[in-house]
Amino acid sequence: MTALDSNEMVLNMGPQHPSTHGVLRIVLKLDGERVTSTDCIIGYLHRGVEKIAENRTYVQFAPYVDRMDYLAAVSNGLGYCLAVEKLMNAVATPRAQAVRVILTELNRIASHLLWLGTHALDIGAITPLFYTLREREAVLKIFENYCGARLTTHAFRIGGLQYELYDGFEKEVESFCGQFLAKVDEYEELLSGNRIWRERLRGVGVIDAETCKRYGVTGPVLRAAGVAWDLRKAQPYSGYEQYEFDVPTRTSGDTLDRYFVRLDEMRQSVRIIQQAVANIPTGPIMAKIAKVVKPPVGEAYVSIEAPKGELGYYIVSDGTTHPYRLRVRPPSFVNLQALGHMAQGALVADVVAIIGTIDIVLGEVDR
Amino acid sequence: MIKFLRSFLLLDLLEGLWVTFRHQSPSQIETEQYPSERPAVSERYRGAPRLNVHPETQETLCISCNLCAVACPENLIVVGSVRNPETKRKDLVTFTYDLSRCMFCGLCEDACPVDALELTQDFEIASYTREGLIWDRQALEEGPRPTQYRQ
Ligand code: SF4
Ligand code: SF4
Repeated sequence: MTALDSNEMVLNMGPQHPSTHGVLRIVLKLDGERVTSTDCIIGYLHRGVEKIAENRTYVQFAPYVDRMDYLAAVSNGLGYCLAVEKLMNAVATPRAQAVRVILTELNRIASHLLWLGTHALDIGAITPLFYTLREREAVLKIFENYCGARLTTHAFRIGGLQYELYDGFEKEVESFCGQFLAKVDEYEELLSGNRIWRERLRGVGVIDAETCKRYGVTGPVLRAAGVAWDLRKAQPYSGYEQYEFDVPTRTSGDTLDRYFVRLDEMRQSVRIIQQAVANIPTGPIMAKIAKVVKPPVGEAYVSIEAPKGELGYYIVSDGTTHPYRLRVRPPSFVNLQALGHMAQGALVADVVAIIGTIDIVLGEVDR
Repeated sequence: MIKFLRSFLLLDLLEGLWVTFRHQSPSQIETEQYPSERPAVSERYRGAPRLNVHPETQETLCISCNLCAVACPENLIVVGSVRNPETKRKDLVTFTYDLSRCMFCGLCEDACPVDALELTQDFEIASYTREGLIWDRQALEEGPRPTQYRQ
């Protein structure tokens, strides 16, 4: 910490601030109401997940990844399973792939819904939270019916799926998709139609494409800055190349645009789910792999498009049943680096909006 | 003029209230009146563990193979058994399951070859002490018995 000017002030935001979405501490240096510098202090939720991985077998480690981005546990599980499968030169069966796509896209919707509700709450619009949580409930119920847990789902296994679909899965998913689009339109009406909301978010936390790339920012933040970069399109995995969908982008890279991008992403997710659920291939749900997962010596990096951005797993195998080293590239952690840039010169009240719009989960930042 | 009328007649307010009322129809309400109304948890729900017994003979189904204990990432299951000299099989003596460290991932349940260990739909497993969460064989065979509230 450097010495302060006589008119500068230091403000500690967090670690128990309701708008930091977890235990994040930000040391703000203020000149009046303006932020002159931000200093993120993280690690309050550090559990040493990467170290835990070295002491577990590949199969045993799978439930732990759910606890990183606990709002998108299914995406975390998918990334991990794909990475281990790549290490073993295995691919999931077509049926397993289709179910994986459906569940991860549902999870994207659930994650964005929670983001929308809490972000609106941070700004001061309380109503959407209740509506979004109600819709999220429907998704969580599908997860619960499918795999028996709502949040830390442990839905996928290395090589495919553990659970066969339950009766009425397709119908439940279809009925959710059928009525969900109207709900998104309603949020749009409630929020975008509200002049306070628009004026409050426009021009706040602007970040341009070049800066995004410099920081390695991915996900909706990058797409709101005008870069149509989506790993589902750029490096399709788990059969995403079969589905038709657009990558929503906006140009100005401010908080309002990120809100629009996420709304559009929910609509695109519905599109993917509808295509996938209409023809789920029949067949086995588990690929033929050895009972004891023991990948050959080597290393693999797999990244997927999680709701928050690029989620990567890098695994080094030494030929035993335990990973030699496992490294996670969490989107929240990388995106959080851009906070300093986005909050430079902003008002204190805007910092809350900017943290909300990056959409971080501290379980993932700290791991 | 129209603008004035709109604000004079509080039309915006009524519009907003209309949204609120539309969302109050009973079909839209998700709130559960727990504990008087119990949630319908799904069939596959992974909750409190149970060690199943044979429905007629009341003998345990567990064959003491220790697979669940090996599968568990948290090493929280301890199976104690003795070898029966007559049948040459292992007989289950003790079985402890430390719920306080369990993350309900279901790996133990998947590993069990005879479906003896099962994660059930019971979810009320709170205890006043940490020791109360370490279940022994008897507790596992009985399952949790939460208080049922009635109006
Ligand atoms: S549910 Fe998971 S953590 Fe709990 S005992 Fe079974 S294997 Fe262990
Ligand atoms: S896996 Fe099943 S049969 Fe084997 S020790 Fe565990 S509970 Fe008993």
